Amino acid sequence: MWFYTAQRILYAVPIAIGVTVICFCLIFLAPGDPIQMLLPPDASQQDVEYLKKLYGFDRPIPVQYLKWLMRAAAGDLGVSLQSSRPVLDEVSRALSNTVVISLGAVMLAFSLAFVLGTVAAYYVGRAIDRIVTCISVVGVSVPNYWLGIVLIIVFAVELGILPATGMGSKGSDNFSLRNWDQLQYAILPIVTMSMVPLGIIMRSTRSAVAEVLAQDFILTLRAKGLGELAVLRHCVRNALPQILAVMGLQFGYLVGGSILIETIFTWPGTGFLLSKAILTRDIPVLQGAILILALCFVATNLVVDLIQTAVDPRIKRA
Amino acid sequence: MTDVTLSTEYQAVADAATALKVRGYWRTVGQRLRYDHVTLLFALLIVTIALAAIFAPLVAPLDPLKTSMAYRLKPIGFRGFLLGTDELGRDVLSRLMYGGRMSLLMGLTPVALATMIGGTLGVVAGFLGGGINMLIMRTMDIFYAFPSVLLAVAISGTMGGGMSNGLIALTLVFIPPLCRIAETATTQVRNLDFVEAARASGAPTRSIIVHHILGNVLAPVLIYASSLISVAILLAAGLSFLGLGVEPPTPDWGLMLSTLRQAIYVQPYVCALPGLAIFITSLSFNLVSDGLRQAMDVRI
Repeated sequence: MWFYTAQRILYAVPIAIGVTVICFCLIFLAPGDPIQMLLPPDASQQDVEYLKKLYGFDRPIPVQYLKWLMRAAAGDLGVSLQSSRPVLDEVSRALSNTVVISLGAVMLAFSLAFVLGTVAAYYVGRAIDRIVTCISVVGVSVPNYWLGIVLIIVFAVELGILPATGMGSKGSDNFSLRNWDQLQYAILPIVTMSMVPLGIIMRSTRSAVAEVLAQDFILTLRAKGLGELAVLRHCVRNALPQILAVMGLQFGYLVGGSILIETIFTWPGTGFLLSKAILTRDIPVLQGAILILALCFVATNLVVDLIQTAVDPRIKRA
Repeated sequence: MTDVTLSTEYQAVADAATALKVRGYWRTVGQRLRYDHVTLLFALLIVTIALAAIFAPLVAPLDPLKTSMAYRLKPIGFRGFLLGTDELGRDVLSRLMYGGRMSLLMGLTPVALATMIGGTLGVVAGFLGGGINMLIMRTMDIFYAFPSVLLAVAISGTMGGGMSNGLIALTLVFIPPLCRIAETATTQVRNLDFVEAARASGAPTRSIIVHHILGNVLAPVLIYASSLISVAILLAAGLSFLGLGVEPPTPDWGLMLSTLRQAIYVQPYVCALPGLAIFITSLSFNLVSDGLRQAMDVRI
């Protein structure tokens, strides 16, 4: 167990380093000189020279990368061109908002998908199975940014029971889901966001449970005279680690891919920050947010893998 | 001599028997598809959407670029505007038809490019193995560390949007998964006896890859690629929704959704139409890809 854990953590290190390389290279993808990207267009020649030296753009690229990496590791991701605040502050403030709705969405999706997927696997080929399969195909095919707009049209414009966008008058400070005044702003984003994981978790629950149901030990359980519910309980316990892993991965995808939904609902998370940064060509924020989100994704995958091995000892042997 | 004639006769009978029983692979696939009505229906839908997009200049009722201040944001079915008008008074139906061109183009091109590049890399990595495999596959792993939306936004966001940058971004997003599929399939086939036999009889590497490996790798790669088309359409529309796709006033479903969004309090139903077009197209590609996978009996 410990050996596997150490091995898995070591395996994540080169990937994390690769992620930093890609994020560093992003600045070279941007049209024009990287210095022009870091400065407002009306900056003086003096400032340009100063910044060039400060950022070490006169040095070879590998040296530049190492310096950038050192500063990033120390928490210095540069300063936003728009708000003049440190990028790290901006991103970490936004990240908690993104995590709130992502967590809500993945939990909603999991609870629905787990029940429906299990039922579908149990009644494979029957009407309920067809319905579940349909829902999961729709879930992965629907453009969730459009679904968000449709939900706004239905619940905010036509029925007027939920707020359309934003995060409430109190903003993101001490946001709590226990307070209805604030919770109501999170409902539509969470429901919209849960569609894709719903489809995917449902599909994998169905196939995982069906696979276990086809195994010999289920026949043994039935032969021993266990009731169907008890059989299903044994079955679900065996399928669960796999489903939890899918859920964890989906959470990672949601946090990293929240840009469209947060733009629709003007939810002040990392995605909204990114889309603002794109509009205003705020490259430091763009680079910093992408770096942090990708590292979060790597960390999520690592944690999911480790939890999965802890829950399901069979994986270690593979 | 009798022996020989007997054996050839026997051979002929045996051949006839196998010919009766075993249809070719592709005929089996075709036979399965013929009875898969859902797949056929949605394939027909894709063809219809594609035709409407290709022949948009002929079938569109009005000019998609002609603005009219008098007819801004009219409801569905308003005097000759079958699906209403947008915020500049342009006919939504015509714009949807023209917009399909961009969405289909942005859905199909990156997947096709990524299939070629990723597939080649995967076959090379899988066939050569060793250090080259390590190099290629570990590089792909790094790209896996980005959720696809984030990677697409990162690349096209820094490069500054526009259609060609979007194409590059989406192609880069799809190369790693296709490479991985091709690599897995190649590695599975590489050590089978018939490859060994081909090598033993002196076939050069290139011809082993072309004649013996590719046939076994193509089916899973193509099936997987077909399932990516719907993802590509969603992502491409998402990018243009964020303003990273084509420039206005070019009609594009993602861009239309984004500009009409401002009018949800005025014409909510018209606003939902471009997204509906994206949804139907992506759903059709998804279902057809599922049907193809079942008919071709490929497990990914």
